[in-house]
Amino acid sequence: MRYTFRRMIQAAILLFGASVLTFLFSALAPGNYFDEMRLNPQISPETIISLRGQYHLDRPLPVRYVQWVNSLIHGEMGFSFAYNSPVGPLLWVRARNTLILTLTATLIAWAIALPLGIWSAATAGRWPDRVLSWATASFLVLPDLLLALCLLILAVRSGWFPTGGLVSTGFETLLPFGKFRDIVMHLTLPVTALVLSSLPILIRHVRAAIGEVLGAPFLRAAEGHGIPRRRLLYRYALRAAANPLISLFGFSIGALLSGSFLVEVVMSWPGLGPLMLEAILARDLYVVIGGVLLSTLFLVGGNFIADMMLYWADPRIRTEAATQ
Amino acid sequence: MKNPHRLGRWLVALGLLHAIIACAGFFAPYDPREQDRENPYVPPTRVHLVDAHGRFHFRPFFYGSLIREDSFERLGEDSAKAVQIQFFTHGARYHLLGFLPCRLHLFGTGSGRIYVLGSDAYGRDQLSRILYGGQISLLAGLLGAGLTLLLGATIGTTAGYFGGWRDALLMRLAELFVALPWLYLLFALRAFLPLAVSPLEAFLLVTVVIGTVGWARPARLVRGVVLSAKERDFVRAARGFGASNGYLLRRHVLPAASSVLLTQAAILIPQFVLAEMTLSFLGLGVPEPVPSWGNLLANLQEYSVLISYWWMYLPALAIVPFFLGYLGLAGALQEHANPYKMEAASLGGTG
Repeated sequence: MRYTFRRMIQAAILLFGASVLTFLFSALAPGNYFDEMRLNPQISPETIISLRGQYHLDRPLPVRYVQWVNSLIHGEMGFSFAYNSPVGPLLWVRARNTLILTLTATLIAWAIALPLGIWSAATAGRWPDRVLSWATASFLVLPDLLLALCLLILAVRSGWFPTGGLVSTGFETLLPFGKFRDIVMHLTLPVTALVLSSLPILIRHVRAAIGEVLGAPFLRAAEGHGIPRRRLLYRYALRAAANPLISLFGFSIGALLSGSFLVEVVMSWPGLGPLMLEAILARDLYVVIGGVLLSTLFLVGGNFIADMMLYWADPRIRTEAATQ
Repeated sequence: MKNPHRLGRWLVALGLLHAIIACAGFFAPYDPREQDRENPYVPPTRVHLVDAHGRFHFRPFFYGSLIREDSFERLGEDSAKAVQIQFFTHGARYHLLGFLPCRLHLFGTGSGRIYVLGSDAYGRDQLSRILYGGQISLLAGLLGAGLTLLLGATIGTTAGYFGGWRDALLMRLAELFVALPWLYLLFALRAFLPLAVSPLEAFLLVTVVIGTVGWARPARLVRGVVLSAKERDFVRAARGFGASNGYLLRRHVLPAASSVLLTQAAILIPQFVLAEMTLSFLGLGVPEPVPSWGNLLANLQEYSVLISYWWMYLPALAIVPFFLGYLGLAGALQEHANPYKMEAASLGGTG
């Protein structure tokens, strides 16, 4: 329990640091949303100054930060100039969609990577391992962008899958099962792109982790005792190799978040990615800050879950935490 | 070691690939900005050795295309208009390696344009643009990785060698940077910098942004190596003889970190090239008319281009051999560094 508490404190400090950092970066920015207005002869300089004052952009940085934290407590996270609304509600919807996409992709990728990686390690040097190594290497060198574009063109040409968005038009009229099916159809392509781009690295790590424990004396002893191979691999070896894999699980969420940015933009999935891109092009300051912080929250959350799983899975960490 | 030549082979292969891009002017038949508005989206030219009458020619040639009068629609090859391809011919002016004025090209044609990899919306030659674009993308990746490693090595060495509050502060900062999803951080940094800038400024901006985002991981690795290296007996002995910090760092500590840095370089360079591609693809990187692998792909965001012109995908494939090369190099470097690691372990070090 104390371990959990300490981890949460650490995560909170990280998030605080990240928010300060992004604010500092934003202070370096030459120009802001209202600079574009200066080019417009119909808007007088006085209006722009008063607008800047209205959104407190003329205040010093620490004041702005405190005001932002204050609005964060109210769930607003600052104000979007382009959407003319608080940032919070804008981000929640997008963040939910990004979460749906990345969590599904993470689960599927791991469900595929674990057995394939174990199989590859168990047959090291023989043909399944060689075929898998070749396959992972060739997928590794294909840029994600190309993968996403190819899947998109597949969707366009075949017409099997919708080519963008979260739901079809007329989604509201569908029955519950129809709604579910519609979302699954829309999810298929972006999830496939994400899974394919993250699989090779995951398989390689699983193979390395399992391969490292396969030679261990305790496994040879277990083998000598006549324990079936499948049980040996999935119960004994996987348990012993769990530590690096669980850490990797935390990191894989971060990698998928970064990967999903591009996939979301290319496949027009209404997640954080397209919103961030729009905000960057429009210099919509608080939306950018909010997007970065939310994605950090996901990553920190993923690592937090990984830490908890490690605590549960690895007795060494439990005793270490207890003695501290 | 399994194969002592592996490292050398990857280095040679990568060297050749980079040499081709560095001498883009020679391998590219045209200037990358040269437009031909009458030839938009021309599919890759089919090069022949056997003509319509079944006769074999040693010199490759291609046919001009039959074009309908009232549109740009192509109806096939015009067997009356055969154009020979000339090798080592003079063509558009360029600067070899950026400074040697030169006109020699690997191949070219006397009349009629050859599009080995097709042409884009303005009739610019895709092959030339891919070759020149590689210069931008690879240079951004190389410089970015250099900057990252410089930052990582400096910060990691400071933290590991001097320890104390510097170590605590720098490593907390590194934790922070590792915790931020790097692509989002990259975009955020880019967001806070000016958008409408000249291609050169944009290139420098992108390189610096890419280079500053990723320092945390190499810094942590270097710190680990430095920590173990400074406690080695020969380093202590040298310190006992009165060696200065500068000497110890230069002579004993940094060489220990070099293999980590090299491996990191092989891992980071392709990642950073990809980062440049992503930024430019989304319109936040190097702008037109200067080609880069990213902005060459940008017009695939148009639906009509996406479904009609398959050769517009080719710039994405250009990075594949480089990826493969760096992947192999990273593997070979790790293998190369391993014996040292074994040795260090047997000597009681933790490197």
